[in-house]
Amino acid sequence: MRFTFEVLVQLKPDLLDPQGKAVEGALPALGWTNVSGVRVGKHVELIVEAEDEEAARAQVEELADRLLSNPVIEEYTILRAGQVGR
Amino acid sequence: MTEPLVGVVTFPGSLDDRDALRAVRLMGGEGVPLWHAEPDLSGVDAVILPGGFSYGDYLRTGAIARFAPIMEEVRAFAARGGPVVGICNGFQILCEAGLLPGALIRNRQLRFVCRWVDVRVETSLSPLTAGLVPGEVLRVPVKHGEGQFVASPHDLKRIESQGLVVFRYCSPDGALEDERNPNGATNAIAGVRNDAGNVVGLMPHPEHAVDPDVGATGGQPMFDALLSSASARV
Repeated sequence: MRFTFEVLVQLKPDLLDPQGKAVEGALPALGWTNVSGVRVGKHVELIVEAEDEEAARAQVEELADRLLSNPVIEEYTILRAGQVGR
Repeated sequence: MTEPLVGVVTFPGSLDDRDALRAVRLMGGEGVPLWHAEPDLSGVDAVILPGGFSYGDYLRTGAIARFAPIMEEVRAFAARGGPVVGICNGFQILCEAGLLPGALIRNRQLRFVCRWVDVRVETSLSPLTAGLVPGEVLRVPVKHGEGQFVASPHDLKRIESQGLVVFRYCSPDGALEDERNPNGATNAIAGVRNDAGNVVGLMPHPEHAVDPDVGATGGQPMFDALLSSASARV
């Protein structure tokens, strides 16, 4: 079976996010002066072939740990999982 | 006397592999080109992971290169005590591979930085500083967009308390001043080593600073140190 996943990778909250800061700094020039807390992350979509969703999820967790994120500076969240064709 | 053999790994997107090979040669060693896809170090006495943009810096700098077939050999070589140097992208790869502590993120000011900097030697326990005196200042160039060294508070404490910092950005007379820090690196850290002291990574480029015809020569003492570290293994 084929399962789809969406993974969000973000810098750890205690790390300053230079990209988020730059975006935040640009907003007042456009008239939006009420925005703060901007952080930029990465959104990754995957399709995994596996016996069942549990096995697929375990694999996504492992690859998110080893490749999609660097645990020294980042954390990841599995946003959504589903089955292809459903 | 046999010249020490220094391998330089080329990844897809490496840029400074040729300069590194040339610097090895100018400084009296023999440069050996190595290819990322070949799990073979050809019997070299030291390994350089050069600068560049391996795999286009996709995902994170160094994140994909660290899984290249040759990296298992580099890991084994490092575990046997072999001298390993990561320059710029090579530093990022060594951090991603877990061979060095910490990580490199986007520069504080968000801009790519390309200029000469001064770095202060913090320890003589590394393949690039063996025989150098802590406090010595060397002029070398930097050119990177993601060179801001960071580490978790726990790792940072360990890095500082165990003397793992090899270079810090400083003024020409060795003073630590914020405006001398080109990327916002934590504690002005420009380079670190591993616990054993045989693996070192740095953001500046010593390979671009060995030829007096093209600028400062702060890279010469580093390559001298590397070649003597490598010679010890010939």
